[in-house]
Amino acid sequence: MNPNSNRFLSALAITAIAAVSLNSCKPKGAEAAISGDAASKVYVAPGKYDEFYDFVSGGFNGQMSVYGIPSGRLLRIIPVFSTFAENGYGFSEETKPMLNTSHGFVPWDDLHHIALSTTNGEHDGRWVFANGNNTPRIARVDLKSFRTAEIIEIPNSAGNHSSPFITENTEYTVAGTRFSIPIQGNPDVPINTYKQNFKGTISFVKVDSSTGHMNIAFQILTPGVNFDLSRAGKGKSHDWFFFSCYNSEKANTLLEVNASAKDKDFIMAVNWKKAEQYAKAGKGKMVPAEYAHNIYDEVKHQATSTIEKQVLMLDPKDCPDMIYFIPCPKSPHGTDVDPTGEYIVGSGKLAALIPVFSFTKIQQAIANKTFDGTFDGFPILKYEAVLHGEVQKPGLGPLHTEFDNNGNAYTSMFVSSEIVKWNIKDVKVLDRVPTYYSIGHLSVMGGPTRKPYGKYMIAYNKITKDRYLPTGPELAQSAQLYDISGDKMKMILDFPTVGEPHYAEAIPAEKIRNNSIKIYKIEENQNPYAAKGEAQTKVTRNGNEVHVYMTAIRSHLTPDNIEGIQQGDVVYFHVTNLEQDWDVPHGFAIKNANNAEILIMPGETQTLKYIADKVGIFPFYCTDFCSALHQEMQGYLRVSPKGSNVALMFSTGKNYPAVDTTTKTVKP
Amino acid sequence: MKKVFNFTLLAAVLVLSSCNNNTTPVVQSESTEASPAAGQSAVQDNESAKDVVKVAASSKDHTTLVAAVKQAQLVDALSNAGPFTVFAPTNAAFEKLPKGTVEDLMKPENKEKLQDILQYHVYVGSLNTDLMQDGQTLNEVNGGNITISKKDGKVMINNSATIIASIPASNGIIHVIDAVLLPPAK
Repeated sequence: MNPNSNRFLSALAITAIAAVSLNSCKPKGAEAAISGDAASKVYVAPGKYDEFYDFVSGGFNGQMSVYGIPSGRLLRIIPVFSTFAENGYGFSEETKPMLNTSHGFVPWDDLHHIALSTTNGEHDGRWVFANGNNTPRIARVDLKSFRTAEIIEIPNSAGNHSSPFITENTEYTVAGTRFSIPIQGNPDVPINTYKQNFKGTISFVKVDSSTGHMNIAFQILTPGVNFDLSRAGKGKSHDWFFFSCYNSEKANTLLEVNASAKDKDFIMAVNWKKAEQYAKAGKGKMVPAEYAHNIYDEVKHQATSTIEKQVLMLDPKDCPDMIYFIPCPKSPHGTDVDPTGEYIVGSGKLAALIPVFSFTKIQQAIANKTFDGTFDGFPILKYEAVLHGEVQKPGLGPLHTEFDNNGNAYTSMFVSSEIVKWNIKDVKVLDRVPTYYSIGHLSVMGGPTRKPYGKYMIAYNKITKDRYLPTGPELAQSAQLYDISGDKMKMILDFPTVGEPHYAEAIPAEKIRNNSIKIYKIEENQNPYAAKGEAQTKVTRNGNEVHVYMTAIRSHLTPDNIEGIQQGDVVYFHVTNLEQDWDVPHGFAIKNANNAEILIMPGETQTLKYIADKVGIFPFYCTDFCSALHQEMQGYLRVSPKGSNVALMFSTGKNYPAVDTTTKTVKP
Repeated sequence: MKKVFNFTLLAAVLVLSSCNNNTTPVVQSESTEASPAAGQSAVQDNESAKDVVKVAASSKDHTTLVAAVKQAQLVDALSNAGPFTVFAPTNAAFEKLPKGTVEDLMKPENKEKLQDILQYHVYVGSLNTDLMQDGQTLNEVNGGNITISKKDGKVMINNSATIIASIPASNGIIHVIDAVLLPPAK
């Protein structure tokens, strides 16, 4: 602190009584800004359904949550990148491979963005994609089962933030390096050689149109900037993808200052159709890479993880006219494409205005070579030549923009904590509403599609403070729902959310609801450890590995008495739920297990690994209240000392002659 | 020093608690238009450190600045997460402006001009003087640049205002300066 500040602080004391009247007495905050008919707009009567599913990223909880809109009711948390003790995701043997990476088992990630699959730029309700920001990954969740179906790791990347945004027909989902790093060659370089040695990449991950399976079609080597967000073109701009980049200064320390030095950073425009052609024409080269590709098989109820060894890399030096840089003020965060595909909105988070670029003008500037120098050898398009207009005085700290079906845009303002509605054509501000507090992303129903549904908009805020009853220093996140059907935006609901929502996408319920499966058919279960009936239950030993083929049905586990386990054995409980009735899961837990429980859906098999580390009797039971006799759904595992002569045996409902070896094995 | 802080805190408590009577929860409808401002300034919190607005409001040397921040409706924005570096001209600094300038800026019709000037005093990012470098330019909230010069431990802005004290705040830092910064013409 500056030594002079003591003097200043003394001055504070003298005048303190006159202090801080400010506006704090102004009635607002929690009670303000609610319109009179709000309750009826968000009320969903008991037994009735919400109009939209809202898929919300969980940020640092690594999961995706599903809310009903307009009620704001939490419907489900789908585990994606983080283990989830609640249902055994990442704990069961079947799901562990989903979290495998080139660095082994990585049980957590920072799930940032959501992309619902589209056909012709409109939601098709098949899959929802999500990105892992920390250990670069993209996940695909199947919307029939609401389960994570696939995860692919992104090599040559560090921090996958500008992801998993998709092209209009879900041809590709993309990834971009948030952190540039040394790519290929020797990675062991001084950090302050950033400018010479650090590069970025963007990856185009092909999505199979029938199975949804992902594979990395190609990566493109780029200058060493930080890629922040991205969006695919639409309609006329279908062939293009737009990536916002900050740190064009290429700073490697104190980015708070050093990445804000220039007046403009860039939006990088990539002609992905051209890239695809270059890849097909053999312009790229296969480079060594190590990355995991994990697929969950819903018939085997089992995931497999494959480590891939190479990837196709395109060096733009060999691929002309593929990449152009568009100057964009002050560290652009969001880069969002309007429903027509003509306008690209850049939100410089430190900018005093919002630039809107014209796709037509971009094409003209490319054709006429209206360039303004180069960045790392790439042409920079002249700002004025590609600009449609600038939204003046929109607020402070523009971050993200979504669109409605009437030619309007909605931009979130972090610093001034508000949403600004503006007209795309004339770039005039139409309305503004406060958010509580400090909004990050926002989401209009169907906002990123060619045909947004409008109607509602949700603010996902970064600061909660006094919005709800306090719960100590750690609070839920705060979201607000707005009615945007009229000229003025109206706040109609405030609801807490789990994790830290970044982006979210909402889709009309009817596009998903009728495809949602209720049970897994037991006859289709091909898990190698399934017991598709009590007659198939058994316990087998192979060295110190014991496999229990167990079934669960209201209201017993078979077998429920297991003996002959020895200290040090590794016991696998393969539990098959024999129920064929919607919403009758069974759970399985055993005392002292060093992992979690497992939840088994009807017709499914899941496996819990258990190390028999101590001699004794260990109870196990069903953890999911399944029936009037749920509490009776229990059993015992007997663990005897190593080398004990207790035979391996198992049963339910009958007692074999007792084998009491206590006196022989217990030491005095 | 400790005594100083306690005294300040006590005063803040007094003021805030007097507000409590007026802000009992009201479950009533109000129109959206009734609340153009958005921010954390109304959050009742006597435990956390003070934000930049509250710190400035605690200073008898900054009454002009604080009045101007209110008039420009920047209280809410500056109570938010930031982080902010605020260059805070003293009352004396405002007095150095040509006679009538401040009065003129405080008129409702000049609100945008006032906002522009005040936003020229705010940088998004929290910079203590150690992080400032001679010759560095910083892009301020209004879009204009300021230039830092640093000689013999003295830090100046645009070669016209000197940092005479620096006070950390919960959402950034305040650098007290002895002259008002005037944004370059756009």
